Parts: sequence; structure tokens; C-alpha cells
Amino acid sequence: MEERDYRESFPKWDDSMKKTHKILVPDMLPWHFAILEQVFRLEGYDVEVLKNDSRRVVDEGLKHVHNDTCYPCLCVVGQFIDALKSGKYDPGKTALMMTQTGGGCRASNYMSLIRKAIKREFPQVPVISINFSGLEKDSSLQIKPKFFLKMAFSVLYGDTVMWCYNQTKPYEEEEGATDIARGKAMEFIMDSFKRGGYSHYKKLNKRIIETFAAVKRKDIKKIKVGIVGEIYVKYSGLGNNNLERFLLSEGCEPVVPALLDFALYCIVNNINDAKFYGIGKKRAFIYKIVYKLVHHMQNNIIKLFKKNGAFLPVHDFEHLRRCGDKVLNQGVKMGEGWLIPAEIAAFAETGVPNIVCAQPFGCLPNHIAGKGVIRTLKNLYADENIVAVDYDPSATKVNQENRIKLMLATARENNGQTEKNVKAS
Amino acid sequence: MAKYLGIDVGSTTVKAAVTDGENLIYSSYVRHYSRVKETVLSELENIKSRFPGEYSVAVTGSAGLGLSQRSGLAFVQEVQAAFIAIRKYYPSADVAVELGGEDAKIIFITGGTEQRMNGSCAGGTGAFIDQMATLLNISVEEMDEYALRAEKVYPIASRCGVFAKSDIQPLLNQGASKADISASIFRAVVDQTVSGLAQGRKIGGQVLFLGGPLYFLKALRKAFKETLSLTDEQAVFPDNAPCFMAIGAALYARNVRAENIDSVIEKISKAKGNDEIITGKPLFKDKAEYSGFVKRHRATDLNYADIATYTGDCYIGIDSGSTTTKLIAITPDCRIIWAHYQSNNGQPLDIVVKKLKEFFALSGGRIKVAGCAVTGYGEDLIKSAVKADFGIVETVAHFKAALHFNPKVDFIIDIGGQDIKCFKIKNGAIDSIMLNEACSSGCGSFIQTFARAMGMEINKFAEKGLYAKHPVELGSRCTVFMNSAVKQAQKEGAGIDDISAGLSSSIVKNAIYKVIRASSADDLGENIVVQGGTFLNDAVLRAFELETGKNVIRPGIAGLMGAFGAALYAKENMRGKSGMSGAEELENFTYKSQTAVCRGCTSNCNVNIIRFGDGSKYISGNKCERGAGLPPASGKLDIYAYKQTRLTECVTGVRGKNGRVGLPLQLVMYEQLPIWAGFFESLGFEVVLSEKSSRNLYFKGQHTVASDTVCYPAKLIHGHIESLLDAGVDFIFMPCESYNLDEHTSVNHYNCPVVAYYPELLKANNGRLNSQNFLMPYLDLNRRANTVKKLHALLKKYRFTKRSIARALDEGFDRLKKYRDDVRGKADEILFEAEAAGKQVIVLAGRPYHLDNEINHGINKLLTSLGLAVISEDSIFEKGEPVKVNVLNQWTYHARLYRAADFVCSRKNVNLVQLVSFGCGIDAITTDEVRAILERNGKLYTQIKIDEINNLGVVRIRLRSMLAAIEESAEK
Repeated sequence: MEERDYRESFPKWDDSMKKTHKILVPDMLPWHFAILEQVFRLEGYDVEVLKNDSRRVVDEGLKHVHNDTCYPCLCVVGQFIDALKSGKYDPGKTALMMTQTGGGCRASNYMSLIRKAIKREFPQVPVISINFSGLEKDSSLQIKPKFFLKMAFSVLYGDTVMWCYNQTKPYEEEEGATDIARGKAMEFIMDSFKRGGYSHYKKLNKRIIETFAAVKRKDIKKIKVGIVGEIYVKYSGLGNNNLERFLLSEGCEPVVPALLDFALYCIVNNINDAKFYGIGKKRAFIYKIVYKLVHHMQNNIIKLFKKNGAFLPVHDFEHLRRCGDKVLNQGVKMGEGWLIPAEIAAFAETGVPNIVCAQPFGCLPNHIAGKGVIRTLKNLYADENIVAVDYDPSATKVNQENRIKLMLATARENNGQTEKNVKAS
Repeated sequence: MAKYLGIDVGSTTVKAAVTDGENLIYSSYVRHYSRVKETVLSELENIKSRFPGEYSVAVTGSAGLGLSQRSGLAFVQEVQAAFIAIRKYYPSADVAVELGGEDAKIIFITGGTEQRMNGSCAGGTGAFIDQMATLLNISVEEMDEYALRAEKVYPIASRCGVFAKSDIQPLLNQGASKADISASIFRAVVDQTVSGLAQGRKIGGQVLFLGGPLYFLKALRKAFKETLSLTDEQAVFPDNAPCFMAIGAALYARNVRAENIDSVIEKISKAKGNDEIITGKPLFKDKAEYSGFVKRHRATDLNYADIATYTGDCYIGIDSGSTTTKLIAITPDCRIIWAHYQSNNGQPLDIVVKKLKEFFALSGGRIKVAGCAVTGYGEDLIKSAVKADFGIVETVAHFKAALHFNPKVDFIIDIGGQDIKCFKIKNGAIDSIMLNEACSSGCGSFIQTFARAMGMEINKFAEKGLYAKHPVELGSRCTVFMNSAVKQAQKEGAGIDDISAGLSSSIVKNAIYKVIRASSADDLGENIVVQGGTFLNDAVLRAFELETGKNVIRPGIAGLMGAFGAALYAKENMRGKSGMSGAEELENFTYKSQTAVCRGCTSNCNVNIIRFGDGSKYISGNKCERGAGLPPASGKLDIYAYKQTRLTECVTGVRGKNGRVGLPLQLVMYEQLPIWAGFFESLGFEVVLSEKSSRNLYFKGQHTVASDTVCYPAKLIHGHIESLLDAGVDFIFMPCESYNLDEHTSVNHYNCPVVAYYPELLKANNGRLNSQNFLMPYLDLNRRANTVKKLHALLKKYRFTKRSIARALDEGFDRLKKYRDDVRGKADEILFEAEAAGKQVIVLAGRPYHLDNEINHGINKLLTSLGLAVISEDSIFEKGEPVKVNVLNQWTYHARLYRAADFVCSRKNVNLVQLVSFGCGIDAITTDEVRAILERNGKLYTQIKIDEINNLGVVRIRLRSMLAAIEESAEK
């Protein structure tokens, strides 16, 4: 069959360019990219996670991306272009890198949207795809198994650091002590990558937990607020107007789910495709093994948390899935799909009924998996207290914060009531 | 003893309440006109003079947050404050509805406490009502009085002010009564509250209505009572409703330590502005720079001729715009004899007639009208009323006018009161046209509304911005967003001058980056002419020049360009004597307007009939020509009409022994109805289709819509489900499908997330649905064996064999194949006949569900009435080559669009119009790609955004402009 080719040419990436090119990465997952940045460097990639977050970032995004495209895309493109324009980088020797999932949501198209956006001003800059679905074969990062493992372990450590930090920071007796602990943890994590031993995840996780547990904490109760939603605005301060910081300033404990959950969610979706429709049975077989392995590791980490006792452990993904099944079918697999209600339900069952569901304005999967499930969740859990917040270049911070404050007021109220109820009984 | 003071600082008002712990001893309600701090302070002084002493103070309200943070006073979230007060004063209330200036809230008290606020994109609030009153040119109080006398209610989009405006404007232009429009506006507010906030929860029992608008506006109260079917006992309107939150805050203040009122006053007066607002560069450095600028632009003014002395011929141009009416008379050598520009106050016809009479009086019989042309929204009406010689499309008029000022013009941008129009000119013809979509308006009328809200005339307001030191950065989205950005800036202490300048550059950015979507100013062109009333505002003009980095031409008659272009058109095209009504005829001119429902077809359009004094009449509001008394547009060359009939014929309607199954004809069912009708009928079920889509059907399901930003097709399906439940079917069937049918020309074959999983949302948000009466299996129809297995399990209780399931599925796919063959055959026929008749063909390309008349608003009929043949993307995409595109081509429906575009490029007489549902995120990606394919092959790209608004006026202009451009390029 003849095919008409309407594609425009764009510079490709091949791995030999790592000697000459600096690779810019958007600030998507601050906790994890802090580790991954170093890991990439050790592999010989000159990676820099961008930290520019001025209004110019959003303005460049607005200029270069169709404005009906989702906010994360706008932030990512804006950050790239703002950086390229800053003069700090030689466009002839710079590449951009972005992750790609290949799912049925718009996010799979970020790659092409970034290329379109930079085409005019920076036609020589290649855009690299990181994906595990065989997309963009001619311009993606060549990831050897060992390198892949290093990335996987980085996720585990990033999760534990984030999880411990969030449970320590709100309660620290001495201001700044938690950040010092984080610095220490980062140091020995990176050390393990440099000197070997990064795969001793039990040892390292134990050390991370102990490092944070050593920080003196006040014995006070704070309201816990779970942050769920679209992956970019869930984690990125640029995307969510520094939601974690805001919640801290409101005297709350932000609870941000582990990134590993998202990875396991993607794996399960592949297994489900075989289970539901009989698609890719062979591939699913491998995914099942991987899932078991990773889940086993997660269980070991949970055991470490329990043994130490200072912090609530991360969620067991199997439990999370069972929670999710009460709300939404696992067939909903585009975007963050069933993971969102699963996380909310798992939070509800572990004493975190207060939720900020963060999503880009007009996010398609979240119509169903975010706003669409709130009613079901409220029917399931009496105390459920969810606020869905839309993020968008023009949504004002005041507007968002006021809605979050409403959720917090309800949370405080519910807390008071529960306390009374406890006293009464 | 200390007293308790609650201060509620809303977006437009400050409310204060003082209690002594038991009784309310003082309350007040004042507008703050954005002077938040001053207003609060003067209120406090008031209170101090009457009740000096110790106070426990709490602040609440959307604007109170910032104030409390900077002054260190206690804050309580406003819904929370209301809740506290409700529990004290109205313990038996079940629900409370509160409308404020910018917020709308619902508190469910019994049956699971829940507090909800409108999302960031939801109008239907006090500010919305204000905006609408301004549009009608009456006060809110008058609007209330009018509404109580209404006879009928028109459907008006209430999601945001911009949408509502585009619904109201045509009604005004058609002469609908202010009473009916006012009532419709209040009804829209109620609908918004019910659909946007209640989202599936019924508002019933004892309902408390709070907030200023609900206290002051009787018609709004009435609308709420009627819509929610509440009795007098159930609907409670507290006397202290406006100050209710303030009272709540005062109650909350019991937990706050008391201090002397003087110290409270001191804290507030010391509160600093916040440095978080972002500011841009000033528009002008100094007065000298400004006067240089003024001088440069004055050079392009036209010459005048004195109407008191001029003798000879003249040409009249009339531009009946959406918010303003423009008239001009020019001499054959293009001097202006007379011109007029005014807001049409909803009565464009009256104004035109009155002004023409004045013109004839002034001309004293010396001046002869040699020709007259009308353009703009009101073109048809005015043309029939004054018997003008020509009616021309706005875009053509504007192009004509711009050419006069710069024959080399390659880019025209016109920002009017209601819309933004841009044209690129290539080889002396309009090459592409960009009009603002409903959501990116933010045009001239916005500044005007805003100026009025500040209690200022527009000129004064604009002038203030010229020398602003730190223009506020307000973003470039739709008005609602800008509105709240402005409010935020005010709260942060920005001055009116900074806001005025900020608004000007916002409007410019909106135009450049949203409407034109230029990535840099160089994309626009070299010879730019700017026009439209909004550019008469020097601040906007300057902001445009700064943003583009170019000096542009703004004719002195920038606001009259449409009328001027029309006059020029009349001058160039007039042959013979002008037929325009003369002085005497106008003197005797009368008309009566009356509304009716057209019964010409099943669309039941609301039409407006205007009968002129001489017996002739003008009909508007109808989707097709039938209502206008003309022969109906032929459905013969319209595949949409064909498909609508052919698709429902896939259901034979035979009774079945196994029961009745309901299929909602929406979203995926518009593609798969043949499959499922065949499947269930062959298994012995009677297939019942949901009711035909309509506005009323939408309202029926509105209360179960969970996300107010989802596309209209998705919102509509809620009504379809209700109609099937009411029809008493045994169960409703609607599959969830991550994957669509694989047509083997794309990388993957996904459905969009909404189409794929919407049944989940329906089930979760409609209390009447359960796992017995709503079957939503997860299927991949590409996998037959798996599908058979799934369906077998799903229908277990009927004890079908796997074989009969498989046979039924085959029957379904057979019907699909036949349906598709027929549709393709019909498309061939249309293409052939159009070719033979020398007609242009339009591929009206969208999604299968755009077939729905309630979704496409009858655009197919509009096209055929313009003399075009219409085919759809799914009827011809296979004729196009498979294509490789720049984006990830992974959705089945969208892959068809690319191929359809490719096909269009191979045919001379075929063009493409893409239908895009508002809120369709995926089309943000596809539209650019379809455009690229077409433009690379020298074809015009036209996009029409559709949603629940039913305003074909804009669409008609766009399509006619497109036709004009096609014709011009054909002539070359």
C-alpha cells in the first residue's frame, strides 16, 4: 500500500551524541529526577534537570503549544524553550529528553508536540524519547538492561526519600533538620551508584528510613492530605503551584503516593490486556514475572518500614488494586486511569480521607477516573473529602487555594467530630 | 464583654456582621469597587463609632484570604462560615445554595454533609448576571423586573459569560423581548447551579438560599423555586442572606482572642500589597513618546466632505455588528460625508432606521443615495428592512476596506466588541480566516464591561492605562479567567491604571496567540492593518505594536471599517438605480416582532418573525431556509441527512421474546449501532433506541453530569440514558472499548478516553443505574473469539449457546458492513452529481457522533442551503491514501480525518470543514495536522468549534467567507 508521507524531518538522536550533547530534562518528578540526574551522568549522559519556573515558562508554552493542549505539555515545552532561549546552552550541542508511554491519552503525543514547538527557533535540537513500548525507535535512548535496573532502583529510593520526608517535615522540631537528613540520604544513595552496591535495596532503604527517623519530631497531630491525579501535576511543583509547600504552610502533612505505583500500574495494564482481551499473551507472561518480582521487593520495603516503626509504610500495591476494584474497573487504563480511584480508596482505608485530586484543565481520562468517581467514593467512605483542582495557565492561585482551603475546613471539622465521637464512646 | 465581628470580603462586596454572642446587633453590605482595603477600613470606622471596644474578629470570603494573610487576622473559609451560621439559625435545612459575585456554592447538610464550590470555569454567578445586564444595557434591578413579565424562556448556555453572550446576542439582534431574555438568563444561572454543582445529587427538602443575588433578585428566586419544584415552605430566603457568611464568620470568631477595634484597624491599614503579581513593561515611557505615536497614526485618517454643503451621489455602508451598529456615507471619491457608530442596545433595526432618517434630514435633498450595502450579524434583517442593494460577508467588507488603506496589505486583524477576526492575504485574495472560538473571546466588550464595573467610561478607563508604570500580567485565556485574574490583581493591590494596561495587552495576546496562534510576531505578515472599535483604544493599539514589534496601520475610521468596506463594495458593484428606502419610506417604516416555533421539520426551531409595515416579513432563528418561507434545502446531496435515516434503519424494531434492550444513540453507538442492533435482534431482543437528541433531553440528564468541562456529546448521553430508563427497557447496553476497530492505517487504534470509558462515569453518577439494568462489558471487537466469550458470560442468564452469540455477532458485523457500503455508495453518488452540476463539495469531517443534529446544530443543512453538497469523513476516507503524520497517529477516528484530508487534496471541487467539539483535547492535536495536510496542498482549512451553544450566525459568516475565498481562488 502506498503511503503519503506528511512528516517533516527532524534531527534524530543516536547514542554517540552523548559525548557532545547536553541533555535537558523537564522538572517533572522532582524527588526522583534528583537521583536519576546523577545516575544518567554516571552513565556518561550530560543530563540537566531544568529548574526554571518563572512566568516566562508558561508564556513560552502558551506561545508554542496549541492552547487546548493539556497544561503539562505546555509547562514542559515552556521550560524547554525558556531554557534554550536563556543563552546558557549551545543549541548545536543540546538535546531534549521526555518520557513517552504510548497509552491512549494525549500525553503520548508530547514528543511530536515538543518537536513542533522548537522547530522554528531550534531546528537543530534533537528530542529524545524514553519509552518502554518500542516507540520512536530512531530517536530514543538506548537503554541496556543494567542501565534500566539502575533507573528502576532510583525510583525505589526516590519513593522512600519522598515518603519519609513528607512524614518528617511537618513535625520536625528543629527547622531544616529534615532537609539536612534528605541531603545525607542523597549523598549515600549516590555513593552506592558510584561505588556499586546500588542494588542492595534493602540495606539502602533501611538506611534512608533510619536517617529520617533520627530527626526529632514533635508529637502533634496534623491533617493528612493525599495528593492524587495526573502524574505531572501530581508531582511537579511547576505544574501544581507548589502544592506540597502550600499544604505544609497550612499545617498539613502532604501524602504523595509512590511513583512505583504508577510503574506497577503500567505493568498491570499490559497483563490486563491479555486477561481482558487476549492481547499480547507472551508479553504478558514476562510482565507477570516482572510484576511479581517488583511487588516482592515492595513487600520487603514495607517490612523495613514496619520494623523501624517510625513511619507508615508505603501502600502494598496488591491492596491498592483491591481497593481500586471497589470503585472502578481496571479496564480504564488511559492516562492514570484506575490508579487514581485506587489510590484514593487506599488512602481512605489507611486514615487519609482528605484528598486533592489534581488534574490539568480538561484532562480527558480524568473526567472519568477523577471527577467521575467522586460520587462512588463518597458512597463507599463516609468521611471522604475530595477536592478536584484544575491546573491551567490562567487558573489563579487564589481560586485553587480557596477550594483547597474549603476541603481543609471540612477536614478539620470531620477531625473534630471524630474526636468527639471517640470521647463519647 | 467582647463582641464578635465577622467580615466577609467577596469579589464585589464587603459584608460585616457584629454579634454580642447571641444577637446580631449590626450588619452591612457595600460594594467595594475593587477598593477592598479602603472599604473594609471605612466599615470598621463605622462600627467603631457605634460600638467601640473589644472584638474577636474573623475574616472570610474569596478576597478575604489575602487580606487575612497580610493583616494577621483569623480566616475562615466562606462555605465553612456559612455552615456554622446555618447550624445555628436553620438547623432543619437540608441544602443551602449560595450565589456570590464570582462563586457559586452548594452545601448539602443532611444525608452526608458535602460542601461544593464551582470549578474555575463556571459562570452562572453574580458577576455573570452583572455582565448580562450590561449587555442588555439595563440595570440588574430592571432585569429582575423584566424577567418577572417574561412569556417564554430561550435556551442559553450558562457555563460561562462568553458562551451566554453568543447565545443572547442573536436573540437581541432578532428582536426577542428583553423580558424573555432576562428570564432566560436567570434560568441559565439555575441550570448552571444544578448541573455544575449538584452533579447528581438532588437538591430537595428544605433549601436555604443565600448570597446577594438570591436576596435581591425575585426572578432568580422564582426560577430556582420552579426548576427545583420547591414549595414556599421548602424554599427559605433568609432576611439576612447577603450577610450570612459574615454572620458565620462572627460565630467562628468565638474561637479568636479579642482585641481592641483600633488594633484591628491598624492591622488592616498596615497590610501591604502582595509582591506576587507579575507586571510587564509600561506602554509608553512618557508623554512625548505617546504624542509621536498619535501623530503617526493620524496620518492615515480619511478626508471629509461637509454634509451641509455636499451635493451629488453617495454610497451608504451599514455594518450591523453584534454589539454596535456602524453606518457610513461616502462620496464617489471616498470622502466621508457622514458616519455613525453606536452601541446597538439590543435594537439594531431601530437605530439604523433612526440614523438613516437623520441622514436624509441632514442631506437636505442634495445628496442622492447611489447604492447601499449591508454587512455584519444583522445583515439579513437590515437588508430586508431598508431594502439595501447588497448584503455582503463581513470578511469581504473588511478586506475591501483594508485594501483602500494599504494595497499591499497581507494581514488584517479586526477586534470588535464581540469577536476577533483575522485574515491573511495572499496574492490579493483572502487566504485564511481565523475567527475567535467561543472560549477565547476576551474582546472589546470585555474591557467595556470591566470599565463599567469600575464605574468608568471606556475611554477614561483606557486612557488610564497609557502611562501605567507596571501593567499587570493577566494571561491570555477566555474572559472568565481574565476576570478572576483581574480580581486577584486587585486584591493584591494593583491600581486601575495597571489593570487597564494589563487588560489591553491581554486582549492583544489573546488575539495573537489564541486566535491566530502565531508562534512569533513574524508569522503575521509585513503589512498589517488593524481595525475594529477596540483598536480605537490607543492602549490596545500600542500593546499590539509592542507585542508584534511592528508599526501597523490603524485607519482613523478603525471602528467603521466594515461599513466603509460595504460602501466601497456598493460603489464598485452598483449597476443601475439603488433600491434603498428613501426618506419618505423610512418615515412610514414600522415593524412588529413576534416569536413562534417553526413546524417545518422535526428540529422545532424557535423563530422570530418580524413583520414590516408594508406587509413583507423577515424570519430568523431557523436553522434551514424552510422557516424563512423558502423551499427546504434539498437533502439529496447531503450525506448527513442520508446517514441519519440509514443509521436508524439498522434497527428493525421487531418485538423479541427475550425482552427489550436499550441502546443510547450517542458516542460510540453512532458508529456501532448496526453491530449491536443486529446482535440483539438476532438474539431475540427488541431493540429500543434512546430519544432523539435535543436540548430538553440534555436538561433531563444534566443533573448526573459529573465533569462540567467534558464535551457536549458526552454530556448529552446522560439524557439518553434517562430516556431509556423511562422507556422501561430490561437493560441498557453500552460497551467500554479501549480499542476501536483496527482499520490498519494507524500506529494504534484507540478510542479517545471519553468514548472508551464513559459508561463507567454514567454508572457511577446515575443512581438509577445498577449492574442489572446497565451492561457495560469491556470489549475489543477486533478479537472475535474473546468478544464472543465475554458476551456469552454477560448474557448468561438468558442461556444462549456460544454459537448463537457468535452468529448474532456476525449478523451485527454484516449490518455494519451493509451500512458502510451504503454510506460509501451514497458518497460516490453525491460526488458524481455535484461534479455534474458544477457544485462545490464539502467534507464535513468530525467524529461519527457529529451526525447528531443537536451536536452539529444543523450545519449540514446550512451548507446545502448555501448551495453545497455535503459528505462526511467516514464515507470517503478510504479513497485517501494512508498517511504518515507528524504526531502519533493512534486513534481510529482521527486517522480517518487525516486520510479524508488527503482525499480532499486530490479533488478540485472538494473542500474540508472540520467540526470540533469544545473540550475535545485530542482535537488540539489533530486540527493542526489536518490543517498542515490541506495547506501543503494549497487547500483552505476551516474549523468550526461546536458545543451546546446554538448560534449559527458565526458559523454562517465563517462558511460564507470560506466560500468567497474558494470562489476567488477558482477565478484565478
